[in-house]
Amino acid sequence: MSDIIASGLTKQYGQGSLAVTALDNVELRISSGEFVAVMGQSGSGKSTLLSILGALNTPSSGTLTVDELDIYSLNQDQRADFRREYLGFVFQSFHLLPYLNVLENVMIPLAVIAGSRRNKEEKALAALAEVGLDRKANRLPSEISGGEQERVAIARAVVNDPPILLADEPTGNLDSRTGAEVMDLIGRLNDKGRTIVMVTHSEENARHAGRILRLADGRFVDV
Amino acid sequence: MNLNAIAIANIKRRKAKAAFVLTGLLLAVATVVALLGLRQAVSFNMIHQLEQYGANIVILPQSDSLALSYGGISLGGVSFDVRKIHEEELQQVYTIPYRQNIAALGPVVLGVVSANDHDVLLTGLDFETTPVLKPWWRIHGATPSHEDQVLLGAEAARLLGLASGDTLRIENSDLIVSGVLEPSGSQDDQLIFTPLPAAQRILGKEGQISMAEVAALCHGCPIDEMVAHIAMALPNTQVMAIQQVVESRMQAMDHFETFAYGVCGVVIVVSGLMVLVSMMGNVRERAAEIGVFRAIGYRRRHVMRIIFLEAGILALVGGALGYALGQVVMRLTLPLFTIGDAQAMHHHGGHGDPLLPVLAVGLSVAVGLVASVYPALMASRMDPNEALRAI
Ligand SMILES: Nc1ncnc2c1ncn2[C@@H]1O[C@H](COP(=O)(O)OP(=O)(O)OP(=O)(O)O)[C@@H](O)[C@H]1O
Ligand SMILES: [Mg+2]
Repeated sequence: MSDIIASGLTKQYGQGSLAVTALDNVELRISSGEFVAVMGQSGSGKSTLLSILGALNTPSSGTLTVDELDIYSLNQDQRADFRREYLGFVFQSFHLLPYLNVLENVMIPLAVIAGSRRNKEEKALAALAEVGLDRKANRLPSEISGGEQERVAIARAVVNDPPILLADEPTGNLDSRTGAEVMDLIGRLNDKGRTIVMVTHSEENARHAGRILRLADGRFVDV
Repeated sequence: MNLNAIAIANIKRRKAKAAFVLTGLLLAVATVVALLGLRQAVSFNMIHQLEQYGANIVILPQSDSLALSYGGISLGGVSFDVRKIHEEELQQVYTIPYRQNIAALGPVVLGVVSANDHDVLLTGLDFETTPVLKPWWRIHGATPSHEDQVLLGAEAARLLGLASGDTLRIENSDLIVSGVLEPSGSQDDQLIFTPLPAAQRILGKEGQISMAEVAALCHGCPIDEMVAHIAMALPNTQVMAIQQVVESRMQAMDHFETFAYGVCGVVIVVSGLMVLVSMMGNVRERAAEIGVFRAIGYRRRHVMRIIFLEAGILALVGGALGYALGQVVMRLTLPLFTIGDAQAMHHHGGHGDPLLPVLAVGLSVAVGLVASVYPALMASRMDPNEALRAI
């Protein structure tokens, strides 16, 4: 089971008097298939938490265990492998590669794994179909709308069929209508069994989640 | 879709910067190819030229007296008869390690004779070797083909008042003049020449020779070593190199070679720096993209591979184009560096070595990859978290 168990997570940036405690002794358990929204004011540590859950940011102390793997005891290569197999990232600013077309962008995670070209293309097209963009596979990112770009980013995040999706303000750059579409899409991905951890500023978006965690100054607060 | 496709797509996007890297390597390879091609052609040309200088080693009998001559003007006093060299002994020359560098070995017998009441120096030669040993000879008439024929130096012919077809009485033999040398300003003008056996007979020196001339001509011929080896093979002789001509020529060649290698080195370093700077810029610009790769689960070495692939592809193309450009430049500049038949020299430039295109592309790829090591390492060490925050 890909339960996420965080224990005593603390993250300090900087040294000495300039040190900032972004996360302060956080305890967290997310069961497989859960949809968790993380909310809190700017600077409360949401992105820090998400990057630590994403094996991208080594905590100052504490442990993160996913599927019984102690993530931060793994070496860099093993962490990269973990991200590839377990995680899909959706960023606020999409981060599509402007020089690859939509299909190729979705295929980026597949470029470092074995498999035939055909097989990879089929997988990518299936992921695009899941977000309703299979017909725009040959467009460049600059030739589609922001909402569509976010959906391509989601397709790229799920093309490998990872059990966990991490999203940092996925609708932050979208108008409310396209934002709602993207939220429906994320909700459907959760319905199919994926664990979702989503940082958001929007109460409305957070309502899609089964559980809302609120951060303030690096700690969870009860509502 | 694989890492190659990502690298190629990125090259296509960043055309101007890719062109910068490619041009740097292209110019470096073109310079190296052109210079090395020229070096080769010039060296062949020089050997060809050296062949025009005839003999460059002389073998003399060991003598206890000093030659009393200055600038080719003999003041007398040298006896050629102190010690003798036997004709068959001379074959020992062909036992030296560098024997394949011997273009010709010419025995010479010398002696003063009375010809039509003049004292002249009679020289017996093997006329088969004279085209190599005395390439400057221009003859009116023909070289002697029989023992009763004689070839006259220009001055000797004038003094004796003889021309081709005339008869010359030397000691007790009547010889027919087969040809007369054009004036050359050398001592040859004063001499008369017969085939070796005839001169030996006339001089009463059957089976003996006075000296021998050797033409050892090749680029980088170890003349000094050859002299030492010949001296060892012929213990009772004195072997000397006619150094100046060969050495100054070889020195010019060495200078050109040093210059060529120096320029190649500089150009390679500069192109390497161009690649380094450009690839560093590339990596910095793509920090966010590299962050995405790492977040998506690319290992460090996958990121490095993308950088190396890009540099490698550009270097491959740059190397191939550079080779072609270098060939063209070499062809165009060859006439400036070679004397004589530049057309024939083409065959000795660049083309001579079928490995050169492979080496040229190999050089380009090597420079491209080595210069990309640091940028690739930098890319692989980028903190994906920082990279993603920055955007
Ligand atoms: N790399 C870093 N170096 C130094 N300080 C950092 C770094 N990353 C985050 N911080 C600090 O840690 C704290 C938490 O930052 P974080 O980005 O996690 O907040 P956030 O909740 O995501 O804010 P926002 O809603 O604005 O995205 C902030 O005070 C921030 O300035
Ligand atoms: Mg944030």
